[in-house]
Amino acid sequence: MVYLTRKAEFSASHYYHNPDFTPEENRRVFGKCNNPNGHGHNYTLEVTVKGEVDPRSGFVVDLKQLKDIMHREVLDAMDHRFLNKEVPEFLTKVPTTENLAIAIWQRLESKLQQAHLHRVRVYETPDLFVDFYGEKE
Amino acid sequence: MKAHLTRRYRFSASHRLHSADMSTEENRATYGKCNNPHGHGHNYTLEVTVSGPVDAKTGMVCNLVDLDGYVEREVLSRYDLENLNTLKEFAQTVPTTENLCIEIFEILQRGFQKAHLERVRLEETMMNSFEYAAGNELRY
Repeated sequence: MVYLTRKAEFSASHYYHNPDFTPEENRRVFGKCNNPNGHGHNYTLEVTVKGEVDPRSGFVVDLKQLKDIMHREVLDAMDHRFLNKEVPEFLTKVPTTENLAIAIWQRLESKLQQAHLHRVRVYETPDLFVDFYGEKE
Repeated sequence: MKAHLTRRYRFSASHRLHSADMSTEENRATYGKCNNPHGHGHNYTLEVTVSGPVDAKTGMVCNLVDLDGYVEREVLSRYDLENLNTLKEFAQTVPTTENLCIEIFEILQRGFQKAHLERVRLEETMMNSFEYAAGNELRY
């Protein structure tokens, strides 16, 4: 089994707000991140896939395909966007780094043909990142 | 859905690697420059990984304010700009980064209740890093 990781960067804005909370509760739980005008991050995405090395190509995955899928499913949808307003998953979910990692996993998983998705890592800043391994619980 | 969240922190401290159970020559042979009696310092980078279900209401594994507050209070304020050899946990234990990594893991495990502690990773320099996860599986 070989693991391959591809990185990408995107920039987006978001804010944290749960419509089921009162304004006070939103402010208390989410602090500055509750500012409805949003704020932005330069995200770094790492997608790790795993698989056996194909004996003919020597590849775990065709990197061109992986790059295209990441572009189409993630970067085109999220780069230079306001996540709360422009990315369907976040019309109903808070766009935390946790939920972003889960949404990216769900967008990629069904599109990958050769290799299996192992991990999605999303850096919100160099000092904060979330890993999602597809675990339901 | 279960996710892992990792936060990085920085602190600076000095230490001297010296074992009371070894002769002067043995200490020098084992620890080399790190045995210098006056000590020396590092800029440490600490990575704390916690895991748990992503809360449906907040979208979080745990609130960063809680994690940052706990680490600041119990770890950073204890070690930043200190001489590790003068602290009680290193009175009998050599303050290697291995031992410091285990100590920090145990501080967090004793008191941080808001998410499951997965691992502590400690960079002593950009070239050396140490990880401790007690009984947890280390995942990459």
